[in-house]
Amino acid sequence: MGRFSSFSVARWLGILIKEFLQLKRDRLTFGMIVGIPILQLLLFGFAINTDPRHLPTAVVMADPGPFARSYVAAMENSSYFDIVGSIDAREADALLDEGRVKFVVTFPPGFHRDLARGLSPTLLVEADATDPMAMGGALSVLSQLGLQVFAPDLPGTRHSPPPSPPVDLRVHRRYNPEGLSTYNVVPGLVGVILTMTMVLMTGLAMTRERERGTFENLLATPATPLEVLTGKIIPYIIIGLLQVTLILTASRWIFDIPIRGSLLLLYAMVLFFICANLTLGITISSIARNQLQSMQMTVFFFLPSLLLSGFMFPFQAMPGWAQAIGSVLPLTHFLIIARGILLKGNGLELLWPHIWPILLFIGVVLAAGLKTYRRTLD
Amino acid sequence: MCASPETENDMGAPLAIDVSGLNKHFGDKHVVKNLALQVREGEIFGFLGPNGSGKTTSIRLLCGLLTPDSGQGSCLGLDVVKDSARIKSQVGYMTQRFSLWEDLSIEENLDFVARMFGVPDRRQAVTRALEELGLASRRRQLAGALSGGWKQRLALASCLLHRPRLLLLDEPTAGVDPKARRDFWEEIHRLSAAGITVLVSTHYMDEAERCHRLAYISYGQLLASGTAEEVVGSLRLNTWEISGQKLHGLAESLQRLPGVEMVASFGAALHVSGRDAALLQTSLETALAGSPLEMRPIPPSLEDAFIHLMRGDQDQTASGGH
Ligand SMILES: Nc1ncnc2c1ncn2[C@@H]1O[C@H](COP(=O)(O)OP(=O)(O)OP(=O)(O)O)[C@@H](O)[C@H]1O
Ligand SMILES: [Mg+2]
Repeated sequence: MGRFSSFSVARWLGILIKEFLQLKRDRLTFGMIVGIPILQLLLFGFAINTDPRHLPTAVVMADPGPFARSYVAAMENSSYFDIVGSIDAREADALLDEGRVKFVVTFPPGFHRDLARGLSPTLLVEADATDPMAMGGALSVLSQLGLQVFAPDLPGTRHSPPPSPPVDLRVHRRYNPEGLSTYNVVPGLVGVILTMTMVLMTGLAMTRERERGTFENLLATPATPLEVLTGKIIPYIIIGLLQVTLILTASRWIFDIPIRGSLLLLYAMVLFFICANLTLGITISSIARNQLQSMQMTVFFFLPSLLLSGFMFPFQAMPGWAQAIGSVLPLTHFLIIARGILLKGNGLELLWPHIWPILLFIGVVLAAGLKTYRRTLD
Repeated sequence: MCASPETENDMGAPLAIDVSGLNKHFGDKHVVKNLALQVREGEIFGFLGPNGSGKTTSIRLLCGLLTPDSGQGSCLGLDVVKDSARIKSQVGYMTQRFSLWEDLSIEENLDFVARMFGVPDRRQAVTRALEELGLASRRRQLAGALSGGWKQRLALASCLLHRPRLLLLDEPTAGVDPKARRDFWEEIHRLSAAGITVLVSTHYMDEAERCHRLAYISYGQLLASGTAEEVVGSLRLNTWEISGQKLHGLAESLQRLPGVEMVASFGAALHVSGRDAALLQTSLETALAGSPLEMRPIPPSLEDAFIHLMRGDQDQTASGGH
């Protein structure tokens, strides 16, 4: 009914200018835009540590002897590893690339024979080091397992400690060779900060007008909902992109984070992600009656995003229900995308499984938003 | 301008507003009840009624800010329910509460409103409005920093920018000083002479008297409408003025007399009114016999009429004619 029929660029421009002017006068919001990214970057980059278990692990068995099998059993018993199966090397590599497993353990040919002879065969462990916090505990357990598992069965070690460890454990830290946890946190922060500021600021955008009574004036003009909503969103898209640039620049300076993938692709993904958060924010603000309600709804969304997206705790280490909730949240997918592009240099095909859930989210939330948008004061 | 098929009333004058049977509920509260309103083009129409009677709600219904639960009608020849988008572009609505953006400057506010309505020669129109307001030198001041009266004047200027055909003014002069109020009404009459229709809600009697026609609404119901004389006449009220020294305490005892429906103080005099002329007169004459007070019949004023109407609301016996 004419909702989208007469889009006036002149009016839209007027709304855009007004939003920018108001933003310029709002010192606190302006401070938030710059302050939040810097503050969080420093806080999270240096401060957080965790010891997760049940990390998905793939095993490549070139020599399926009894020693290898008892080693795998011991890994599972340690509760740090969940063995997803034995597969060939190429498949394992792909799983690691897609982030479906955190570890790939390779038993070389002749493992059993060499071990029995005391030749210290090489056990290759490839670890997804983009999330080094998730690895620390697991890797130290792995290095002790060799002694515990094999010592009782090997000749000459029953009474005296062996002269050298029975296996030669080689850890390849993939994607993040030095195991720096800030590598993981910085791409995550891009997502967290965008979630927080975008949802919050747009959530307040409409309720502020309603609470101050200016909404009545806006409604009395011929401006259409689409003009108002998009006019209000654009400044925040620009702010979001500014914040991302700020974080990326700061993280290069302070933490030396590499950018392995395409920067253009990253910004394209950021744009999708920003849109997801803005549509949510606008929808919140058309449902909420006042600014307080809007804030509460924002927090209600932000907390699970923070806790269940894989930012705070490794996604795979969470219980099933938490993963189910997490996989609905745009942040979960954006984290994988951002880490993939920044640290692994992933391309579009590899990221697609995490792009469509974000697009779906936008679609569903936008539909809800337009349905609840009140075009009158009722 | 555009050849809209405006409805006409019996006397042939085109109607700017012609609605009937408008209803609005908030939850289970029936706020506007079967409102029928006819406003002729180019006239100044006063909208009166006690606080909470539904004036603001009615005005919002007229300009499409609220959707009526039922009812129909036209505003500037356009359907109030279906065409609210087109009505908006020809209406200047001044809200009761200041609703311009306090964190924008005076000029930015005017500029924004001008953009929203697609005013031709925008810069010029804004500059002219600023000069007419006398705010040209303070154009960069934030609107929020203006005093209450100045805010009202800015709001009026902003809703005139796009040269609307109909002005809906919701208590435009609340908190405005007498001089500015007079200027304001001069302006309203100028606009009306130029063919603009004005519907204005007010609580001030002197303003009501300056309107061509009036409507009185109470508990969402239209109780009386017409010219000031018609409204007063329809109540068939008889009023006596009692003057003299020591009127103190008299009002209360008079109130209890048979035939006295209303006693109101006007400075050094009391106005006593009732509908039964003979009963009122005998009651007053017996009560004041032997006292030095003077009593004389006067034509009831608009204020007497409205206070009478408000009394009626309180005991829910209002039976005002149309
Ligand atoms: N948005 C709303 N939700 C619920 N009730 C409302 C709403 N707006 C108005 N009301 C109620 O409707 C009634 C009429 O209100 P309205 O503002 O139209 O009165 P008014 O005649 O303009 O009063 P005043 O002279 O004080 O401005 C009041 O009882 C008010 O409480
Ligand atoms: Mg009101």
